Amino acid sequence: MVDLEPFYLTIKLALITTIILFVVGLPFSYWLSHSKIKFKSVIEAIVSLPLVLPPSVLGFYLLLAFSPQNVFGKFLDQYFDTRLVFTFPGLIIASVIYSFPFMVHPLQAGFKSLPASLSEASYTLGKSKIETIIRVLIPNMKASVLTGIVLSFAHTIGEFGVVLMIGGSIPNETRVVSIAIYDEVQAMNYHTANVYAGILFAFSFVVLLSVYIVNHNFSKAHPWR
Amino acid sequence: MIDFQITKKLHLAVGDMNLNLDIQIREKEFVTFYGPSGSGKTTTLRILSGLTQPDKGFIKVNNEVWLDTENKINVSVQQRKIGYVFQDYALFPNMSIKENLVFALEKGQEKGIINELLEIMDFEKLQHLKPEKLSGGQKQRVALARALVRKPKILFLDEPFSSLDTEMRIKLQDYIIEAHRKYDLTTILVSHDISEVYKMSDRVIVLENGCVSKQGSPAAVFSNRLVSGKFQFVGEVLTIEKENIVYIVSVLIGNNVVQVIAMEEEAAALKVGGSVLVCMSSNRFELS
Repeated sequence: MVDLEPFYLTIKLALITTIILFVVGLPFSYWLSHSKIKFKSVIEAIVSLPLVLPPSVLGFYLLLAFSPQNVFGKFLDQYFDTRLVFTFPGLIIASVIYSFPFMVHPLQAGFKSLPASLSEASYTLGKSKIETIIRVLIPNMKASVLTGIVLSFAHTIGEFGVVLMIGGSIPNETRVVSIAIYDEVQAMNYHTANVYAGILFAFSFVVLLSVYIVNHNFSKAHPWR
Repeated sequence: MIDFQITKKLHLAVGDMNLNLDIQIREKEFVTFYGPSGSGKTTTLRILSGLTQPDKGFIKVNNEVWLDTENKINVSVQQRKIGYVFQDYALFPNMSIKENLVFALEKGQEKGIINELLEIMDFEKLQHLKPEKLSGGQKQRVALARALVRKPKILFLDEPFSSLDTEMRIKLQDYIIEAHRKYDLTTILVSHDISEVYKMSDRVIVLENGCVSKQGSPAAVFSNRLVSGKFQFVGEVLTIEKENIVYIVSVLIGNNVVQVIAMEEEAAALKVGGSVLVCMSSNRFELS
């Protein structure tokens, strides 16, 4: 019998990460698409770093940062009684950082694609910035919102290097599917590895396929987006 | 009464320009800012509405201070309670015609105004359609209706006709004139179309390079330009009729028909359907 626990853990991790990313990413990408501050390029470069860096690099530095031997980790340990190394909460924080560009880039592009007159019209009708974002902007960039959510979700599911570095492989705590596959191969359990890999393969394909179909319909309905 | 005095340095493609204006507008007046593109018309409208900040100046509306850079007063665009019609309509694509109007309602405002506006603008049958299904003229009518929902006292129109054909323009102009009278609006229009200015405005303010170069009634402002000899139109020849020793040529300019007297040799060079340049020199029209 194949143990399905890694799947449960993976999907839980991806869901929580995506929700946090959406809540944090939405105001951040709005700010990024409208701000004219000097150091914007620096911020954009930092946001995009996880796209380029090997996950092991990111994982290595997070491991150092979270380690109770070091300042930040010690601080968390002493004042919040929290440990982020080899724990599920640690995985969530690492995943949020690792998948951040996958949420921010589509949303930023979405905000930029909308004509400025749309929000200005809303302001002249007496509506606040927040009301404008929620009722006017987001409903008119559904494709970008969907892309951001699905890509972050899928990318978190596909994580390996970062998770391995700071999570290790603790069953029911940090042993997500990608790690489980690696472990099974190491243990020569090719059958189990095959089942895990097959399910992950099919799942990823279905997710991406549905995004493309839905996005295609969105862009047909609104050619200018 | 709107009283404003503003300066702003504008960075345009052709170079820097200083917008420098001191203008008073009476209540219920229909004023047009006229001028070539890049003369600061739209920027002025945006400054008055609060969408753009000037470098320096003040805006007073009926003894209420909207902006005073010296005393750091700046009433937000939301609180200025104005109506603004954008050049590109700026309708919300996710909402139907009616929803676009309902969106504009203020908290606790009577909903009766929605049906009233749908009726005035002839949208009773189309009210559930999304903007993408509408023609340019209809979209601009929705934008006008939406701008009137909050019952603003001042209506700003930023080249609302620029992407419409002649027939649509005339219709929309009539809707705007009707709204201007019915709701006792002070209306400020930005336009570079003389026929539009003539038809609609009480006063035209000509902007050139960020300054007022001329103002007054459309007739006074534009007839002055005629004498200056700079004024010329391209029109289409509709008919050429012989009358005694001269010819009467009817020319379509914009949506107006103008009749011009021509001598035999002039008329011989023209043909019906062809285009012709009408210009004024030494108090007489000439065709060429």
